Amino acid sequence: MFINFGRLARQRGLFALSALALLAASVPANAQTTIKWLHLEANPDRLATWEDIAASYEEANPGVDIEFQFLENEAFKAKLPTLLQSSEAPSMFYSWGGGVLKAQSETGAIRDLTAAIDADGGAWRNAVSPAAIDGLSIDGKVWAAPVQSGLVSFFYNKAMFEEAGVDATSIQTWDDFLAAVQKLKDAGLTPIAGGGGDKWPIHFYWSYLAMRELGKDGFEAAKAGEGFQGEGFVKASQHLADLGALEPFQDGYLGATWPDTQAVFADGRAAMVLGFENMATASNQANSATDGKGLAQDQIGRFPFPLVDGGAGVITDDLGGLNGWVVTKDAPAETEDFIHYMTIESAPLLAERNNVLPTAVGSDANVKDPSLADSAAQMAKATWHQNYLDQDLGPNVGRVVNDMSVELVSGGVTPEDALQQIQDAFSMEM
Amino acid sequence: MSQIAPAPALSVPAATTRARARRSGMRGKWPVIILFLPPALLLFTLFVILPMGEAAWYSFFNWNGYGLPDQWVGWKNYELIFRQSAFRNALVNNGLIIVASICIQIPLALWLATMVTKHIKGALVFRLIFFLPYVLADVAAGMIWRFVYDGEFGLVANIAEFFGQEPPFWLADKNVAFYAVLGVIVWKYFGFHMMLFIAGLQAIDKSVLEAADIDGATGWQKFMKVTLPLLGSTVRLSVFFAVVGSLQLFDMIMPLTGGGPSNSTQTLVTFLYSFGVMRMQVGFGSAVGVVLFVICVTLAFSYKRIFMRND
Repeated sequence: MFINFGRLARQRGLFALSALALLAASVPANAQTTIKWLHLEANPDRLATWEDIAASYEEANPGVDIEFQFLENEAFKAKLPTLLQSSEAPSMFYSWGGGVLKAQSETGAIRDLTAAIDADGGAWRNAVSPAAIDGLSIDGKVWAAPVQSGLVSFFYNKAMFEEAGVDATSIQTWDDFLAAVQKLKDAGLTPIAGGGGDKWPIHFYWSYLAMRELGKDGFEAAKAGEGFQGEGFVKASQHLADLGALEPFQDGYLGATWPDTQAVFADGRAAMVLGFENMATASNQANSATDGKGLAQDQIGRFPFPLVDGGAGVITDDLGGLNGWVVTKDAPAETEDFIHYMTIESAPLLAERNNVLPTAVGSDANVKDPSLADSAAQMAKATWHQNYLDQDLGPNVGRVVNDMSVELVSGGVTPEDALQQIQDAFSMEM
Repeated sequence: MSQIAPAPALSVPAATTRARARRSGMRGKWPVIILFLPPALLLFTLFVILPMGEAAWYSFFNWNGYGLPDQWVGWKNYELIFRQSAFRNALVNNGLIIVASICIQIPLALWLATMVTKHIKGALVFRLIFFLPYVLADVAAGMIWRFVYDGEFGLVANIAEFFGQEPPFWLADKNVAFYAVLGVIVWKYFGFHMMLFIAGLQAIDKSVLEAADIDGATGWQKFMKVTLPLLGSTVRLSVFFAVVGSLQLFDMIMPLTGGGPSNSTQTLVTFLYSFGVMRMQVGFGSAVGVVLFVICVTLAFSYKRIFMRND
């Protein structure tokens, strides 16, 4: 019975194949190329911009059909490994760079984009910020085409700072920052909104502190194999523990997710938050706040993460996201062209409509929101752009960093033990 | 009574058919076996045996799921599991769930079952109300209770404020969070056990209880000496479900706490998910899966052997 069924299925498959081949052979003029675009954009407004971009590309290239495929964030991460190795692989998909991109590049499932980026005398390469290309390259090969990047910095509630008598411009060093936290506490205010439940919002602190202590060269050396137990990392971890000892976060922050954290800040329940570049935009405030409005943009200030005394880092070293599009092995040849169209030619549109900071050179001129433009201006001066550590170090070491950041700030672990655990995970990867 | 009459007439041919069937025995059954076994066997092998074997194989590799596993690490993944404090937490938590089930949930379910099987007005409505939490999807229950426990806007916060107390943040306190989770587990599943007991209680012959009444037994004596012994098999089944349920607990924990804070609310399956799947440590995750499988099989078989032998 089974054999019969199998044979039948096979015969049908053969028939279908030969029919397809016949069709393909007889009507080559009508052959449609389908670019399967796998994404995880859940925001309908942003998606609408993408759909417009896809539609105008299809119009200009009648032979190309762009098909959107959506996967929710966690599902995307869990399914991608299997998907990439199947015949159902998408043509292009979203990447945060870092360790995952490296793992993908080692499988042969994705395409090296270096040739496309350097074609026409490097026209594409020159149109993108070098730091972005650098961040998505591994050993000199470009594995993802940069589309946008971000910046993590402190946002503060001007009214609350005034109430406590804190001057944001005077916060230059970590000690200044701790003093400001103490002042806010003394005024009976909650100094910082923190998302210990999601963990990664706290890893921003550890990442920045380590960057400020070690500087670019020291940090790169650690990643290249020196490891995470050097003096700079011990100091950075101690700084974070010092912050935790002041109990600066809202009550119950260890259970708070990122949306909870954003609500704490947007409701005016805490004076500061260390967050993404879009924190102060009107749409983000409205989406985050309990009352659906949030803080007015002129009530929110921003300052870069402070320096540490004696550290090698400088104030223009940035931590933030970096995103790109990856092309899979069997994707149609038009995929790279479409990605170029989407990330370079459509960058002004993305900047204007989607409130993102495209990596295409000069697109920051199209950033309309003043607070975003402020972040863009800082990024334009960047001496170093470090991708989020939980992406950059790969999912395993990255999650240990997240765990340890929360443990350090909540006093659950000593700096030495925390670093030992990060090192243990890191040595598994080497 | 009327069915009995034709029975003697049929009994002779029935006996001979049975004898013939026994004689031809397997010969008659073989076509059926050949026809019906392969699909089930194939599916079972393909979707149960094979993945289990694969997981066991992957558990000896350091593999992130991309490409083919090629970095053989021997027993290292298993060593790592037992060095993880989060795994020990998960193991202890699973044990605590079983203890809470046996000491709180099952007695509660039994007590309520004896109440709602009495012929009082509204008993049926209460049966329904008590069973409702079980009908709810686990994920939904987790999200609802996350909100109930919220120290800022939740029900618990409102109650605390009503009594003039500082609102507690139970889910954010690593010493308390798991007890809060246990509360939700008891709330969610007692209805299921209650239903088992109701079925068990209804199967008890009323005349036995009447006999006890005549002998002058008190209500408590009737419960301890008659009802409970006769419910034995149901209780053992109930405990079995509690054990198995504890080992599978996952979809309620994830929206409720995600295993945090400080891994204090991990169960074995959430541990597998957050340390295997989400960290793309497929080898390590497989090793956790194998450990979980061994625990499940050992518990299930030994429990069946020891406690459910006569059921």
